[in-house]
Amino acid sequence: MQRDGRDILLDVRDLRTYFFTEDGVVKAVDGVSFHVRRGEILGLVGESGCGKSVTSLSIMRLITPPGRILGGQVLFDGIDLLKLPEPEMVRLRGSRISMIFQQPVSCLNPVFKVGDQIAEVFQVHEGVSRVEGWRRAVELLRMVGIPDPERRAHSYPHELSGGMAQRVMIAMALALGPELLIADEPTTALDVTIQAQILDLMRELQRRMHTAIILITHDMGIVAEMCDRVAVMYAGQIIEEADVQTIFTNPQHPYTRGLLGSIPVMGVVRPRLDTIPGTVPNLINLPPGCRFAPRCQARLEHQARLGNRCLEENPPLIHTGPGHQVRCWLYP
Amino acid sequence: MATAELQAEALLTVREESYLLIVWRRFRRHRVALMGAVILLAFILIAALAPWIAPYDPYAQNLLLKNAGPSPAHWLGTDELGRDVLSRLIYAARISLAVAFVVTLISQTTGALIGAISGYFGGWVDNLIQRVVDFMLTLPLLPLLLTISALLSDVTIPGLTREWSSVVIIILVLSVFGWMGSARLVRGVVLSLREQTFTEAARALGMSDLQIVIRHMIPNAMAPIIVSATLSLGTVIILEAALSFLGFGVQPPVPTWGNMLNNAQADMWTQPFKAIIPGFCIFLTSLSFNFVGDGLRDALDPRLKR
Repeated sequence: MQRDGRDILLDVRDLRTYFFTEDGVVKAVDGVSFHVRRGEILGLVGESGCGKSVTSLSIMRLITPPGRILGGQVLFDGIDLLKLPEPEMVRLRGSRISMIFQQPVSCLNPVFKVGDQIAEVFQVHEGVSRVEGWRRAVELLRMVGIPDPERRAHSYPHELSGGMAQRVMIAMALALGPELLIADEPTTALDVTIQAQILDLMRELQRRMHTAIILITHDMGIVAEMCDRVAVMYAGQIIEEADVQTIFTNPQHPYTRGLLGSIPVMGVVRPRLDTIPGTVPNLINLPPGCRFAPRCQARLEHQARLGNRCLEENPPLIHTGPGHQVRCWLYP
Repeated sequence: MATAELQAEALLTVREESYLLIVWRRFRRHRVALMGAVILLAFILIAALAPWIAPYDPYAQNLLLKNAGPSPAHWLGTDELGRDVLSRLIYAARISLAVAFVVTLISQTTGALIGAISGYFGGWVDNLIQRVVDFMLTLPLLPLLLTISALLSDVTIPGLTREWSSVVIIILVLSVFGWMGSARLVRGVVLSLREQTFTEAARALGMSDLQIVIRHMIPNAMAPIIVSATLSLGTVIILEAALSFLGFGVQPPVPTWGNMLNNAQADMWTQPFKAIIPGFCIFLTSLSFNFVGDGLRDALDPRLKR
């Protein structure tokens, strides 16, 4: 369980990615640290606009202007990706780290057959011929459970359903057996039944290929089903991190509790689901204190003890148990 | 799984016909474009089969029979050196069309590549390229072409005679000034493509910028490129004719419609058809290219279904 153990695949330290817009500097990712072990599934959870996707794009170094990675380290297998020359980074993408996205159909180039697009991954990275690439593409399509892959390889993206397209994307992402797969809301755009199929497929392949996955989602149900550990993000920062059991049995941050309170539990009758009032703060003019303070119910309940601290000072991320970290003045 | 399979099956049968077939069906409905295509096809056939169709050698002089009017032996008469006008007209189609196709190929390819780079990379690269495009578009084309052709008129390319050098030179000159339109066009398309997820996905899969431009951007911009190339063919025909007519383009004795017009000037009043016919050829091809371009624009429009 030690942080510098050899099984750490990805170690993100104090990552900061800002967007320099005309309205001001958007601190989309502001000092994010977390790590992923080999072969594990880490859930990165939070509301829309909390910086989950920007974090993953920063790891891949796919941030484009006006965004910029200002600081921190992204240690992948001991190499700091933020210092890697671009050509080496290009080689790394798709071969050792891959990514799949939310809208699978629009991730595919509309004018090429899917077989050609998968083959292209082999052509680009391994310099194999088109014919050989195509043969392996068909194999991959079979692996991700697409029926009649020989014929299906001739399809164009618009002929595929969302679930099929996501299978194709998974095939492309896992084509070269990467050590890390970043899945950015891979099932959000899909029907519920298809969602389950895709998640099953991802887990099966993850076990077989021993790929580590960063699963970005806002769905705590998916987290419970898939993840080993969970990092909860809020307004550009990690506010709680723990293994999946702990998060569900002993959530400590008021925001995490709020997230869990907003999902229905079978057998528990509640007059209505809890909601977290308010919205994510404007990332340009952040409040000086805890970023969640303006929406925090617990702050009001514990005002006697905490005073105005929550509004004045941002709490640090502290350990409250083995592998459990939380960013809140309520602890220790 | 079974339902997904069924669904996929249904989808596949709906669309067994290829994209090209759909395009053809849409194009066919565009009557004028179809007519243009037929005319062009005829011209291309005539040009390709010139050695078999032309009744005489277009360079063979017969000074005893110069400036003759139409006769059963020479349907369109002979010119001031006694060469058969019809044969020259047929061979001219070869030169004019070949120049148009080569110029278009060179200028549109370069334009597309430059435009794609400009749009994809953005920033100062885009700015620089677009300012160059602006600059070149503000130049008055015809006077400039005349000046340059005049300056280059004495240059001969090793291994070629002076007349054939003039063909190569006019191709180069027209190419250098013909790429801006397609650069603009492709830049615009790429600007919007760049923002689409598949570009990001391609980068995430480890494609380099150049690979993305060539393998993803340009194929997606193919429809507007084809349309612009077709329209460019018409423009090039006219420009080449204009230059040749003014004596700065393709040099006689190599026949083009432009320099045949020039030759016909002397007999303008006595034998007007010798000027009218090459002029009509220029008019007809260039108009046909424009009609076909229009038709293709509608047929390739991805927003229209069937």
